[in-house]
Amino acid sequence: MLLVFLSSGLFLGWSLGANDAANVFGSAVGTRMVRFKTAAILCGIFVILGAVFSGAGTSHTIGSLGSVNALAGAFMVALSAAFTVYWMTRLTIPVSTSQAIVGAIIGWNFFSAWPTDTVALKNIMLTWLLCPVLSGMFAVLLFLLARLILNNIKTHLLRRDLYLRVGLLITGAFGAYSLGANNIANVMGVFVTTEPLRDFNLFGLAHFSGTHQLFLIGGIAIAVGAYTYSRRVMETVGGSLLKLTPEMALIVVLAHALVLFIFSSENLEYWLISSGLPSFPLVPVSSSQAIVGAILGVGILKGWRNVRLSVMGGIAAGWIITPVVAGLVTFIALFFLQNVFSQEVSKKTVFVIDEEVLVRLNEKNIKDPGLNGMLNTKYENAGAFTNDLLKKTSISMIDRKEVFEYAHHDSLFIDEAIIDKKIDKNWLTPGQIKAIKKQSGKSYSYPWKMHVDLENASEEWQLKPETKVNKLYNKSLMMKRDYITRVFRLNR
Amino acid sequence: MAILFRATRKLETQIDEFLNAVNEGALVFKFGINNYLGGENREFKERIAKIAQLESKADDLRRNIESQLYEQTLIPEHRGDVLGILESTDNVIDTMKETLFQFDVESPAIPDNLIPYYIELTEMSVLSTDNLVIAIRAFFRDVKSVKDHLHKVIFYEKEADRIGDNLKREAFKMDLELAHKFHLRYFALHIQNISDRAESVADRLAIYTIKRTI
Repeated sequence: MLLVFLSSGLFLGWSLGANDAANVFGSAVGTRMVRFKTAAILCGIFVILGAVFSGAGTSHTIGSLGSVNALAGAFMVALSAAFTVYWMTRLTIPVSTSQAIVGAIIGWNFFSAWPTDTVALKNIMLTWLLCPVLSGMFAVLLFLLARLILNNIKTHLLRRDLYLRVGLLITGAFGAYSLGANNIANVMGVFVTTEPLRDFNLFGLAHFSGTHQLFLIGGIAIAVGAYTYSRRVMETVGGSLLKLTPEMALIVVLAHALVLFIFSSENLEYWLISSGLPSFPLVPVSSSQAIVGAILGVGILKGWRNVRLSVMGGIAAGWIITPVVAGLVTFIALFFLQNVFSQEVSKKTVFVIDEEVLVRLNEKNIKDPGLNGMLNTKYENAGAFTNDLLKKTSISMIDRKEVFEYAHHDSLFIDEAIIDKKIDKNWLTPGQIKAIKKQSGKSYSYPWKMHVDLENASEEWQLKPETKVNKLYNKSLMMKRDYITRVFRLNR
Repeated sequence: MAILFRATRKLETQIDEFLNAVNEGALVFKFGINNYLGGENREFKERIAKIAQLESKADDLRRNIESQLYEQTLIPEHRGDVLGILESTDNVIDTMKETLFQFDVESPAIPDNLIPYYIELTEMSVLSTDNLVIAIRAFFRDVKSVKDHLHKVIFYEKEADRIGDNLKREAFKMDLELAHKFHLRYFALHIQNISDRAESVADRLAIYTIKRTI
């Protein structure tokens, strides 16, 4: 059953591999500098590596946009995104998987009455705009640098050809790694919050979380897509927008890979933050638009007449059309899945605002007299809770997300047997585990209350002040909090 | 990858050997003409044998290079250009060999007063070929300096034309049989033809050089 539900994500991964592998190796294969088989195998390996080792950053952003919490819902979100991509491609409208999946998640949010994280959405949309622009800028800089070097060094034409082949393989591998790291969130991001796979310890060496397992499966799907279906796309991609020489292909692929990398690397983000530099949000971006941006950048450098404005217009139209279409398709598809096929598209979630929740919200500066009118009312689903929030309070969209988090009613029990058996001792620190043990035998009806107890028991569970430098530490701690909430949940 | 490195090194050497053969062929041609004009028959025959050998070597190398470029899909972007350069350069050494053979077969009677013209004409044609070879080497290794040598090819070709023209005028002014005059013109044209061919390779090379700079 799990595989059936994951199938839509796998299909999305496969189609992403079939289309986007061409962005990475298309020019190299199209210009016959690299053989298709070499390109496809290398692409597959590095996509998987990128997905497993660096895919977490962008998935976190996708997860914060909307927590699709039921497997059937996640299935339909991925399927609707895949369908939108397929349909729009047939209509020859430029489309990106990243934009489709974001639209589909918002469609789910609307259907399930979950609030959308507007800050995350703003970040994502800003990044879409930034992606082709940044890619174009990188391409221009790399082009100028390459021109300076290549026109001045005395290398034999044949040897230069050889170095170019090696360069195309290396940049292609880097591009594939970045593609896996950045775009795995599109393929598997929606399944992460449904937690379909259990974490396990890999021979006592490393914590192999359910998320990593999902990324591995998704990465394999992308790799299979690249190997089975990208040949034709690769062989025709060279001349589709502008005929690229191998040198230009190298520049374009490198610019594209750099852009995908900076929007997905947590390590780079950490380095930038710790060096006091502005960091980039970790957001899945469109690989195709990064390529188009890079080609246009080089085109502009070679003269404005090379730039086809219609291409840029097409991209801009895609930014709006794709998410809207994907959102609508998802909304309609979820309606059918829930009412015709009787599938649970969002988990039954109970919300109760009790006195303690109210105090907590007050501490967080969320004060609204209307909340008192909702005191101790049990809401059986997100829809009813949202309706009452809208009717009785004037809480903003941003604050609504926090109200949802604190009012989320759950059943947690800290079982001593589970602590010894299930808690990953390689991942959590001894201090953190000791703090959990101190709470043995306690029951909680709100996850945040458990987190507060843990914070009081050990400073290793305490979030640091929200500064740029602490961002990654807090992110990692939040992941650990989510993990122990999953472990001690009674109805899991 | 190691195989590709080896193949590349081998091809680089073969291209160099091909250009050496053309260069050497031009020198042999020059000495051959001088031997003919000086009446040194034995040396002239030796030069003919040598140029035939060099021409055949250049042919073999060219065929080998071409087939390797295609079999191993090397320089896919430039191999058409490289093939064009090699084939048209091969024509230059072919023409030189043919010209020496014509001298041997037809034994034109060159009046003494025209000998300096033929020597100078040969010198100019050989100089244009020399500079062409340098330009081709630069095309492979140092694309920026190709132009520096190409203009010399053109210059020497123009010089060859000028000297050839003077030679023909001088010949037709002389009191000789018309057939003899035609014969003298015919050999001047043969030698001029070498620099003409060098010039047409240079024209191609100029375009390919633009293609090579990014």
